[in-house]
Amino acid sequence: MIKTAPATTASARIRGAFSEGRLTWSGLALTGFSILVYIFLYAPIIILVLFSFTRDEFGVRWTGFTLDWYIRLFNNPRMMGAAWNTLVVATVSTIVSTIIGTLLAMAMERYRFRGRNAMEGLIYLPIVVPEIVMAVALLAFSAIVFDVIKMVTGETLRRNLATVTIGHIAFSISFVVVVVRTSLKNFDRRLEEAAADLGADNWNIFWRITFPLILPGIIGGALLAFTLSLDDFIISLFLSGPGTSLLPVEVYNRVRRAVTPEINAISTLMLILSMALVALSQLLQRRR
Amino acid sequence: MSDSIAIELRDVVKRFGDVIAVDHVNLQIRDGEFFSLLGPSGCGKTSTLRMIAGFELPTAGSILIHGREMGITPPHLRPVNTVFQSYALFPHMTVAQNVAFGLEMRKKPKDEIARQVKEALELVRLSGLEERRPRQLSGGQQQRVALARALVNHPEVLLLDEPLGALDQKLRKEMQLELKSLQARVGITFVFVTHDQEEALTMSDRIAVMNKGKLLQVGTPTEIYERPNCRFVADFIGETNFIDGVVIGRDGNYTVLETPEGLRFRGLATRPLSDGTAVTYSIRPEKVRLLAPNGELPPNGLAGTVMTVNYIGSDTRITVRINDRRTIDIWEQNTRSTLDRDEYWQPGEAAVIVCPPDNALVLSE
Ligand SMILES: Nc1ncnc2c1ncn2[C@@H]1O[C@H](COP(=O)(O)OP(=O)(O)OP(=O)(O)O)[C@@H](O)[C@H]1O
Ligand SMILES: [Mg+2]
Repeated sequence: MIKTAPATTASARIRGAFSEGRLTWSGLALTGFSILVYIFLYAPIIILVLFSFTRDEFGVRWTGFTLDWYIRLFNNPRMMGAAWNTLVVATVSTIVSTIIGTLLAMAMERYRFRGRNAMEGLIYLPIVVPEIVMAVALLAFSAIVFDVIKMVTGETLRRNLATVTIGHIAFSISFVVVVVRTSLKNFDRRLEEAAADLGADNWNIFWRITFPLILPGIIGGALLAFTLSLDDFIISLFLSGPGTSLLPVEVYNRVRRAVTPEINAISTLMLILSMALVALSQLLQRRR
Repeated sequence: MSDSIAIELRDVVKRFGDVIAVDHVNLQIRDGEFFSLLGPSGCGKTSTLRMIAGFELPTAGSILIHGREMGITPPHLRPVNTVFQSYALFPHMTVAQNVAFGLEMRKKPKDEIARQVKEALELVRLSGLEERRPRQLSGGQQQRVALARALVNHPEVLLLDEPLGALDQKLRKEMQLELKSLQARVGITFVFVTHDQEEALTMSDRIAVMNKGKLLQVGTPTEIYERPNCRFVADFIGETNFIDGVVIGRDGNYTVLETPEGLRFRGLATRPLSDGTAVTYSIRPEKVRLLAPNGELPPNGLAGTVMTVNYIGSDTRITVRINDRRTIDIWEQNTRSTLDRDEYWQPGEAAVIVCPPDNALVLSE
């Protein structure tokens, strides 16, 4: 092959790239398309964050930078109360569903027992069942339970943070099970035999070998449960009682009246929290 | 002490569903012995080892360690340690933590653990790598950590399941010698599983050959190689020529057999065989002699024609046809250094093979 003199002008270079196959029309189209998809995905979020800092009180135009909306947010007792409720519910439901989910995953991964296959199928059901169905079911169920309690003890109970928490636990468990099972599948059972061989009893085998090695999976499950709880709307709406609403519900109520940059501000904070959690989980996975 | 029994298997059976992995095995392993379990893939070596370690319980029969019936004693209470084929090092612990694990489980004081870990790592020549993680080690180094992790507990018996299987040929040879000298130094009974006959011959004091769950023969490497007790053992260990026939009588110490085409061979039988018994005559290629024909056949001689000649350096491997159905393989050591073509056999040459009856076996089954 005879080498041509090096192309100098830009257009010649592009022509050269085409003729050498480094640049193709399909390649260009693909790049353009990818850029469009990313704009589609991220433009609304970027605008949301941007307009949480605008002076414009309708939050639709950029009229200069301010932190007023954040300050107002922190001085808004309803919003702060809802945020606190959300954090409490998310924390409690995460802890409980992570423990239950991990134990369940271990039982399903390790033991053969009657009805295991049925259990296997049923544990994933809450993931595919439409959330509205879950919510209605939980609402109806809580009404029944309250009736029974009233009949037995004469006590009248109302929906409160505890009922929402139980609802969140109910849908989080399945997700925890899925994540923890994946790390149990990758866990080499021979390590447990090796530990037993070296004199470890079941307690030591679990806490010294199994647990540290599946911990990234457990943390992954917990983070998933936490984020799911943070932004859950439907179940929270159905199961929370008066005066105990959670942040997504509170935001919705505010939005129905008017979209203010305050809403943008709280959304931005939630965004940062979720991203921090994802980053944390990535960091923990990488340490392995 | 050296005559006491470290491990005894009494009529041990292990079934997995329909599969009989270990079939009525009786075995005694002596104290301080380097004992190998040898056999083809799937013959039940690992299953046997796992029953000794306590990871599996025998379907029937009993296992005794230093005279103590093990019954259902769980692995962590047995006085044995295992080196796994995959090493099974704890990936989240450093080398030192891996080695310390067994001592910590036995609640040894901290300073003693530190001292013993150091000693164990010196023993396997890994000093300086204490703080590495297993994944930062080469295969051979991981193997040594596994060894140190087991030896540091001073087990009464060390079980090793193909511990060299994952190493390349050269490292494997090195580790064989190292393991053998290590065993001599620490004086612990080693039960070593391998499917590599050469490895078993090089390393062992005694070898047990297994096939399809059954224990076929137990003996020293010499006994196993020179006096295999059945066709399978003769075939599995080393190379040999097999010739089928029936017993037609005795000649002094030797048993005489005849092939369907009327050839007669004489060899040693390990037990008395009555006339008419179907047997296999077995003679190793290095034990057959090859002579130039000089008119008359010597005793135990057969006339033949050289078919192929393969010069492989130390030996020359020759195949001789003795009739239209049979060939015999012969390995001649090249004891003289020469380039003279006439000194070597050539294909097509007439030759006489001699099968000394003292070097040949008559095997039934
Ligand atoms: N847990 C098990 N369940 C069912 N069958 C098993 C199990 N373990 C072993 N077997 C069967 O028992 C037989 C002996 O297996 P074992 O692992 O003891 O063989 P091995 O001699 O160690 O072979 P290899 O050299 O391939 O490791 C095989 O047929 C195997 O399929
Ligand atoms: Mg095996």
